[in-house]
Amino acid sequence: MIFGEITLGHYLALSSLLFLIGLAGVILRRSLLIIMMSLELLLNAANLALVAVARFQGLPDPQVAVFFVITVAAAEVALGLAILVAIFRIKKTTAADQLATLRF
Amino acid sequence: MEPLFFWVLAVGLVVSASALVAFRNPVTNAVCLVVALVIQAALFITLEAFFLAAVQVIVYAGAVMVLFLFVIMLLDVKEEARRTPPWVKIVGVLGVGGVAVLGLTKIVPLFPFTQKTLHWGQGKGGGSTAELGKLLFTSYSPLFLATGVLLLVATVGVVVLCRKDPES
Repeated sequence: MIFGEITLGHYLALSSLLFLIGLAGVILRRSLLIIMMSLELLLNAANLALVAVARFQGLPDPQVAVFFVITVAAAEVALGLAILVAIFRIKKTTAADQLATLRF
Repeated sequence: MEPLFFWVLAVGLVVSASALVAFRNPVTNAVCLVVALVIQAALFITLEAFFLAAVQVIVYAGAVMVLFLFVIMLLDVKEEARRTPPWVKIVGVLGVGGVAVLGLTKIVPLFPFTQKTLHWGQGKGGGSTAELGKLLFTSYSPLFLATGVLLLVATVGVVVLCRKDPES
């Protein structure tokens, strides 16, 4: 059953577990840096599910999607960290709960 | 042999991801993220996605992690203050997590397509580098060009955002 052959379900379960852990990080942590790292976990969970489906269904297309996800994630991290640095210059903090005002 | 690889990697991935959420020191978090990303690359290899495993290591564990570490050093981020998050949040997260772990073992078998097993090397080879490249430059070429523009825009955006304000 669970501990026998590795099925597609195993990979999908692992992927959803990883997604939940990342989501917990986004909700529970306050440092913007850690929140962005948890966002990377969320993207990786989606990637894992896509690659698993690609392999078990014999389709190459989901792997192309993963390729694009990785590219967009790299752009997202660069921009997000730039915003983080800009915020830090003004507010001297990266704690999300101290950034409650709409204008500085 | 395959189940052994899968379970070792799966446990490692879950542990390193949980450590990322649990520890407070930013450098420790970054190391946990590197471990998680490398284990993910290993999982890609068990799924016969060799090109993506290489890309994962080069782009994620290489470029993205260097960015994170640069920012940690640049900002001199301190350890997050120790505090107990509201117990509602803790109970909520633990509850949802517990239900999910118990529920996944029940829900997953309900879908017949998830019961598919495939031994290593028996896949149709859908993810070879040549095949991916062919798709990328034919059917997906508009998207490929769009990601090029996206990366250019991101680069310009980062430079503009991080520039010193000329007025001050």
